Amino acid sequence: MITRRSILSLPIASAVVAFAPLPAIADEPVKVVATFSILADLAERVGGEHVEVTALVGPGSDPHVYRPTPADAQTLASADILIENGLTFEGWLERLEEASGFSGKVVVASTGIETIEGGHDDHDDDHDDHDDHDDHDHGEKDMKAKKADDHDHDHDHGDGHGHDHDDEHDGHDHGEKEMKAEKASDHDHDHDHDHDHGSEKAKEASTEDDHDHDHDHDHGHDDDKEHGDDHDDHDHAGHDGHDHGDEDPHAWHNPLKMRTYVANMADAFVEAVPAHGDEIRANAAALDAELVALDAEIKAMFADLPADHRTVVTTHDAFGYFADAYDLTFLAPQGLSTETQPSASEVAEIVRELRELGHAALFVENSTDPRLIQSIADETDLTIGGTLYPEALSDADGPAATYIQLMRHNATQIAEALKD
Amino acid sequence: MARVKCVNEASLDETVLMFTALYDALIAPFVEFSFMRRALVGSFAIALGATPVGVFLMLRRMSLMGDAMAHAILPGAAIGYLFAGLSLGAMTVGGIVAGLVVALAAGFVARATALREDASLASFYLISLAAGVAIVSMRGSNVDVMHVLFGTVLALDNAALALLCTFTTISLVTFAIIFRPLVLECADPQFLKSVSKLSAMTHFGFLGLVVLNLVAGFHALGTLMAVGIMLLPAAASRFWTDGLGEMLVMSVGIATLSSVAGLLVSYHVAVPSGPAIILAAGVIYLFSLVIGPHGGLVRSLLPQPHYRA
Repeated sequence: MITRRSILSLPIASAVVAFAPLPAIADEPVKVVATFSILADLAERVGGEHVEVTALVGPGSDPHVYRPTPADAQTLASADILIENGLTFEGWLERLEEASGFSGKVVVASTGIETIEGGHDDHDDDHDDHDDHDDHDHGEKDMKAKKADDHDHDHDHGDGHGHDHDDEHDGHDHGEKEMKAEKASDHDHDHDHDHDHGSEKAKEASTEDDHDHDHDHDHGHDDDKEHGDDHDDHDHAGHDGHDHGDEDPHAWHNPLKMRTYVANMADAFVEAVPAHGDEIRANAAALDAELVALDAEIKAMFADLPADHRTVVTTHDAFGYFADAYDLTFLAPQGLSTETQPSASEVAEIVRELRELGHAALFVENSTDPRLIQSIADETDLTIGGTLYPEALSDADGPAATYIQLMRHNATQIAEALKD
Repeated sequence: MARVKCVNEASLDETVLMFTALYDALIAPFVEFSFMRRALVGSFAIALGATPVGVFLMLRRMSLMGDAMAHAILPGAAIGYLFAGLSLGAMTVGGIVAGLVVALAAGFVARATALREDASLASFYLISLAAGVAIVSMRGSNVDVMHVLFGTVLALDNAALALLCTFTTISLVTFAIIFRPLVLECADPQFLKSVSKLSAMTHFGFLGLVVLNLVAGFHALGTLMAVGIMLLPAAASRFWTDGLGEMLVMSVGIATLSSVAGLLVSYHVAVPSGPAIILAAGVIYLFSLVIGPHGGLVRSLLPQPHYRA
């Protein structure tokens, strides 16, 4: 079977390679495959009529536990560009990519964003805890840290192009960043620092890296940020302790992070259709402005909530970036992925916290099992606020048919529930 | 005297402390959280209903059939989920129908044709599984249905609890009715066939019980875990006794103990509750396997006394 499929896909693949520039000249839309509906929506906005976007995981489906079908492999095999979220969000993608014989350009949309750590919301506690950790496994941690390094360099890469939105983005990141986010970025400085000073293992790590232009850009990054060294000791402690495999992939819950996604997509599309570069850039700029406005709109929604009215419970830890950006606390019995099963201790902890707090907004998610949240609601006498859309758009006539609508819907629902 | 009293007081304090610690470790979780109590009631119901079925599956050398039936149930429940969403009723009915169809078809083929029960059951459950997966895919929903079907004992609502207890009651009553022919069927199916027309009824009644308890189990523990709570205590009890009655009582006891232990471990150590319960049963099984007086490893390896005249 596999042999036959790969033989069949060979001509297609080679055709894609051979004629890759042709569609641009012939003014045919570039075939883009996005892994899930949110990315697909953004890609459509950026590419406009010059791209033909297909989402592998459609609206209302859970991208964590998705099982690809042969049709998906076929779609992918004939695509020019594949857009994925990255940050180990699409665990199933690598095998599909291989099986399909996809040979186009892979765009990792999250490249360049500053990630936050996943797991539980008590980031600060974590950092404190990990001060105690030894430094002995330094080299190994550097290996893990290389992902963060990649983001940094690509970020700088974007700056090099010198588009308006990139600059704005940069300014934002250093300017209006929240405390937690700053910490996250400090991690990055720290990796760079280690990196440049070049312990043997760190060098090994970078040579093993797929993104081979890693090193230079790290330097650039360090130069950019003069305050990099200031926080060294603190960062070190935080960085060493935490496993970067736990990076939270759900970055789309912060619209400002999506500006980087949009920029990454725009770069890829412009490269594929240089003839319409201006138009694509204009689309991206318009979307970028919308994202900034959306962020301001959501900020306003949560601006005057009292501190004890800022706790939200969802099925799984999808809203880390949202919590981070708008200063909310999200609790979830399941971890970062919907694939995990909750333990009694996790549920008990949440129940205890909610009882103490006496106020929280409980939500079920559109693509996961609502029963556990129901059980927590029963336990705490709190009511369920409604349905959130953590990682999949709704159908076209639903309340979250586009990314912007999804964010607005989620934010409104949460804000309403927290006000009561 | 004063000295003695002093010592007594100290030891009294220690005793109180110990009891407080015990209370905190063993009882407080259930007092504090209603979801823990529900989980406990739910798993007790399953222990009471499913474990006797497991004992008979084991005695009839059909242990693996439990696993096959679990797969046969899944597609029915999945189809129920597709048509009615996460509705307890639809998933239950779907699961029971799919399970019974497979059980009846397999039983019929085994009785009417040359093919033996294991082969015919394997054939039918595979057909059922394939049909289920195909139907789910054709409906085009990518919510992982099998994933949704992994119930968690921590999220039992009143309806699910009522369902579990109903199933357990039905299961126990049915057991009481078919117990004697069932034992005969285990010991000598040919004899039962020759003296009674109840043979077929007994057999199908028993298969029905298997299906019923697996469906109940998947709401609480998830399908595969449901097979675990059915079979592991039964297998463990086999190492402790030869008597059927004792084995039944013992296996229910082991299942109950596993449920409590598993839930407590899940509460204190943050292990997902379903696997924790089954692992607790697994530990008891391994323990029984090693030191069980009836065919346990230690006993088998030690030199046996010769029969006396």
